[in-house]
Amino acid sequence: MAIATEPLREIAIVEKRRGYWGTVGRRLVRDPVSMICAGILLLIFLSAIFAPWLGLADPFRGSMITRLRPFGTEGHPLGTDELGRDMLSRLIYGGRLSLLIGILPVFNAFVIGTILGVIAGYNGGWANSAIMRTIDVFYAFPSVLLAIAISGALGAGVLNSIVSLTIVFIPPIARVAESVTTSVRNLDFVDAARASGASALTIMRVHVMGNVLGPIFVYATSLISVSMILAAGLSFLGLGTRPPQPEWGLMLNTLRTAIYVDPWLAALPGVMIFAVSIGFNLLSDGLRSAMDIRN
Amino acid sequence: MFVYLAKRLLYTIPIVFSVALVCFMLVHLSPGDPLVSILPADASAQLEARLREQYGFDRPLPVQFWIWITNALGGDLGNSIANGRPVLSEVLNAVGNTLLLACAASILGFALGMFFGLVAGYFRDTWIDKLATSIAIAGVSVPHYWLGMVLVIIFSVQLNWLPAVGAGSGSWTWTWAHVQYLILPAVTMAVIPMGIVTRTVRALVGDILSNDFVDALRAKGLGERRVFAHVVKNAAPTAIAVMGLQLGYLLGGSILIETVFSWPGTGFLLNTAIFQRDLPLLQGTILVLALFFVFLNLAVDLLQAMIDPRIKRG
Repeated sequence: MAIATEPLREIAIVEKRRGYWGTVGRRLVRDPVSMICAGILLLIFLSAIFAPWLGLADPFRGSMITRLRPFGTEGHPLGTDELGRDMLSRLIYGGRLSLLIGILPVFNAFVIGTILGVIAGYNGGWANSAIMRTIDVFYAFPSVLLAIAISGALGAGVLNSIVSLTIVFIPPIARVAESVTTSVRNLDFVDAARASGASALTIMRVHVMGNVLGPIFVYATSLISVSMILAAGLSFLGLGTRPPQPEWGLMLNTLRTAIYVDPWLAALPGVMIFAVSIGFNLLSDGLRSAMDIRN
Repeated sequence: MFVYLAKRLLYTIPIVFSVALVCFMLVHLSPGDPLVSILPADASAQLEARLREQYGFDRPLPVQFWIWITNALGGDLGNSIANGRPVLSEVLNAVGNTLLLACAASILGFALGMFFGLVAGYFRDTWIDKLATSIAIAGVSVPHYWLGMVLVIIFSVQLNWLPAVGAGSGSWTWTWAHVQYLILPAVTMAVIPMGIVTRTVRALVGDILSNDFVDALRAKGLGERRVFAHVVKNAAPTAIAVMGLQLGYLLGGSILIETVFSWPGTGFLLNTAIFQRDLPLLQGTILVLALFFVFLNLAVDLLQAMIDPRIKRG
């Protein structure tokens, strides 16, 4: 795995003065595309977190006489939805659930997948076979199908959609973790630790983890974009959030009936999903090239 | 070569078995009684027991799995709970439509991805490269169900050029009456493989151009157009392999696009199965789609081994 193993070699030859992560951070800050993405994402995150204190209209209160008002209506800068609820407010509040169900699965899978991958990669032998062959089975399912199958079987709900997406993302992360760990396992400093009498657990925790977390983390960030799209997609199908909760995928679904009345209003929640997804993709690309110190 | 083929084929057997096991377990781990959806609220205990026996839900799970998998090997995936029809024929009818959509999208996505990728890789770090790379990133980042909605808004609602939903009446023919229904969903679906193929091919072209043989070609006086042809030839096998896998992803992931366009494929079937809690139909559809994916993987590996003489791992 080229992406996974390359940054490792750099760790050994990194300049001592600033340390590896200092250099990476400095390179990332100098990249304008990454910084613009980070800024936009930060804005979306902060507005979602502080939504109740922004003086927005109540995202749940609708009115039958003010349904589907266009952009620029007085009191509703982005119009109102099919039940007369304020769009701006629902888009901002919608970020709370949408970001949670999009990012939490990747975080969960990052933790579980890393543990599985490091155990498999460090120990090799039967532990490796048992873990990696089980993971191969999940690779035999296209990811969208797997997510929908698990969600469909468990039933609709926020928790179930987080569980199903976590299961979808464990296999790819575990594979990357395993391949990085395998390449670290036989390096001199691990041998040295072993020779000095460190236990397997200590070596894995201290010496291996410290060197594999970076590459796995970068890989995990590249999955957030897919996860956002899938999580909102599950809600769009009616398998995630339930009405009247504001959530971008669900809003896209309920507004679908309005495309003949006010088409661009109906497309708005998708713009938010797109913005977050492309933001994370570009940021992850930026992080990867910042870690590639040879250039 | 032969050893590699044999190993690869043998390896497929446990995978197929495990896939079937996962499909089976998935549905049986789910909460709720599978009979709920067909039993009337005031059903007698007798009727319930009779139905339970009829669908085999009264036996232990391993026995149910054994019966299910041996029947499946014989081409019997059980009957749909909701409408009583054989699952296999329902799935095969729908697979045809999904396959049509996914193949159209793959061809389009592959052609565009090859073009953008080759151009971006060849003219690396110019504005052409930046443009193609941006299109690729937008392609992999866009929520495709939303893109489908936007295309419907533009081409159906506002311009009124193409139909918004459905696949036309009657069985499929290659006439405008039907093809016009295919255009929007296929374009929407093509965006994902387009982005992925572009990124793969761009990186490939970079690697190929840094090879010594390219310098040798130029040194012996070959024109840039002929050099480019060599680059294409070297990039093609990997690009085809990537595309083969993408076709599998599109088949399995078509549910979102099929929902937007009410396309009568496997996604539509899955939707029905999930919301009516029709477990045999759900199991059967997932199994067929997953097996498609497994065999597509196999075909891609074998094809690559045939095209690329370097793969002779024993």
